[in-house]
Amino acid sequence: MSRRLRNLLALLLAATLLAACGADTPRTRGVYMLMDTSGTYTRELKQAQRVINYILATLQPGDSFAVARVDTGSFSEKDIIAKVTFDDRPSRANQQKREFRDRIDRFVKSVKGSAYTDITGGMLQAIEWLNESRAGHKTILIFSDLKEDLKEGYVRDIPLQLGGFKVVALNVTKLRSDNVDPREYLNRLAAWQERVESGGGNWQVINDLERLESVLVL
Amino acid sequence: MSVSNIYMITPSPLLSGLIWFIGITIVLYLARSHAHRTISALARVVHNAMRLSARAVTGAEQRLQQRNREVLLEQGREATERQIEREFERIDATVRRDLAEYPALHRHLSEEILKIDEDYNASIEVPPAPPGWVKAVEAVAKIPAAKGDPMVGRVLEDIHQSLNKASIKAIEEYRKESHERHRILNRMMPHWRKLQQLLGQVDKNVTSLLQRSAAIDRHMENYEAIIQQTDPAVRMLSSSSLTRFFISAFVLAIAVGGALINFHLIARPLSEMVGGTSMILGFQLNNVAALVIILVELTMGLFLMEALRITRLFPVIGALNDKTRVRMAWTFFFILLFLATVEAGLAFMRELLMEEDAATRALLRGDETALLTQSAYLWITTAAQMGMGFVLPFALMFVAIPLETFVHSLRTVFGLVGVGLLRSLAWLLRVFGNGARYAGIAFNNFYDLVIFAPLWVERLIQQKRAAAPPAEKSQDFQEVAS
Repeated sequence: MSRRLRNLLALLLAATLLAACGADTPRTRGVYMLMDTSGTYTRELKQAQRVINYILATLQPGDSFAVARVDTGSFSEKDIIAKVTFDDRPSRANQQKREFRDRIDRFVKSVKGSAYTDITGGMLQAIEWLNESRAGHKTILIFSDLKEDLKEGYVRDIPLQLGGFKVVALNVTKLRSDNVDPREYLNRLAAWQERVESGGGNWQVINDLERLESVLVL
Repeated sequence: MSVSNIYMITPSPLLSGLIWFIGITIVLYLARSHAHRTISALARVVHNAMRLSARAVTGAEQRLQQRNREVLLEQGREATERQIEREFERIDATVRRDLAEYPALHRHLSEEILKIDEDYNASIEVPPAPPGWVKAVEAVAKIPAAKGDPMVGRVLEDIHQSLNKASIKAIEEYRKESHERHRILNRMMPHWRKLQQLLGQVDKNVTSLLQRSAAIDRHMENYEAIIQQTDPAVRMLSSSSLTRFFISAFVLAIAVGGALINFHLIARPLSEMVGGTSMILGFQLNNVAALVIILVELTMGLFLMEALRITRLFPVIGALNDKTRVRMAWTFFFILLFLATVEAGLAFMRELLMEEDAATRALLRGDETALLTQSAYLWITTAAQMGMGFVLPFALMFVAIPLETFVHSLRTVFGLVGVGLLRSLAWLLRVFGNGARYAGIAFNNFYDLVIFAPLWVERLIQQKRAAAPPAEKSQDFQEVAS
């Protein structure tokens, strides 16, 4: 075998190895949805179901999706209602979507409102889960009025590490006090935006659920 | 010190400008001859360099043109030889087939003719012989004493009746024999028809041979023109090569469209086999797999065409012995058939996946009616997809033919484009060279325009000298010399 041929073979081998290395580039999406179940917000859960169904229809094989409730202490795996990483095979992925939907339906029928609202805990749990999922594009959806109400003793003054994350607040309803003083609502939104962006994340608010298509744009 | 400080020799800008102009003019006038020589030399250098480059490019263009001509003639020669060879093969096949059948045909014809001859002989009409006793009756009738004799009258009456009976019998026999002869003649008809059919077949074969020989004559004329390397032959080959290039490019574009449809048919269902999320070089694995399958089909199609000797892109396959070649052809065909079957299956799978997707989406939308209603005509799209999945690999197999033509004609097209580019380059170099030459002349003229005043004075002095008488001139000379 001539030297030139050997060099060519070595080059081909190197190209193949490079190609194999490139095979792991993550292009999958990871979505974690926090569902506020506190107080009167439980009435909005039908809307949340619509959002979940829309996201299920949009996600592709290989993508990950989890839905968790926000209650008194949300930094816990127990608060995850349903989670899935869709199979590579489209047929199996469709089956998983149906099972996921059924689980959410059962939850919505049996849900009971919680006394407190720990959104930060849920965010921390979401960051952890999405980082573990190794998704290429990570999105946290917060279906809440963003009014955090922590139980005494719970420490949530923790900076959020949101580099590479997109955080979308959905259906941020106005409270009665917001109507009295809209600055409360605006300050609440601004505070969350500041918190997310200081953590390196990308902040977005969608109150009109007809515009959900922008949520999962890569 | 700024430029304005240098410029402003006097407080008045106009006066300063004038002083500068006069100074520069004097300097330029003094340096005129050197400046002219330098400008001319520069222009000449550029002109010569461009001229030489243009000549070199023209030489390269001519060599390329010559090479193109050689390649074109060689390709034309090969193509014509191939056509002539094919025609001879066809003639050989016809002659072999017909000549091999000739003894049988001859025997057939002889048998038919013999049968016709026999029938003819059998149908010859023989008139019935008159009864022998007619002459005896005639003799009795001539007896003179018999007239008026009742005895003779009775005898004659008996004879008359006997003759009538004999006549009726003879006519019946004659009719019977005529009928028999007609039957025999009627039996000859199929033999005549057979004979006509056989002769028609012979005529058809001879006409086919004549047509083939006319085609060979035509090809031979082309071949001779190519061998003699005549300009019309080159023009004809060039023109047909360009036509072939564009037609084959068009057909290849259609084939690419077919391959794309094929790709979309199998890419999605392949994600069920290889997964739809893994990536290779930035492409999804199922897409890569679909592309590989289509390329394998194309390759098999190419090899099959080669093995069938329809194309000649791989001479190694064409040069194999017939037995191996035919075996290879069957192997390629079965691989292609297998891949086509797989594609049909994948197309079916695609339809199932699409239905499942639609059902899942409907479920997630909460559209229960969409789940229940299923189109009765859905099987048509399923069948169409499966049919396309099966047929497209075989259709793509025929890409080998335009591909071969494209590859062969591409050389000619590249050659023509190369010649055109080199010719344009040579033209540009010549234009640039001439431009440099005339720019040098123009620049010298412009130089003189700037120093027109001293030149005008110089010309006046020269004219004055030229107008003065020779003695005055020599006096002037002596004055200058002293």
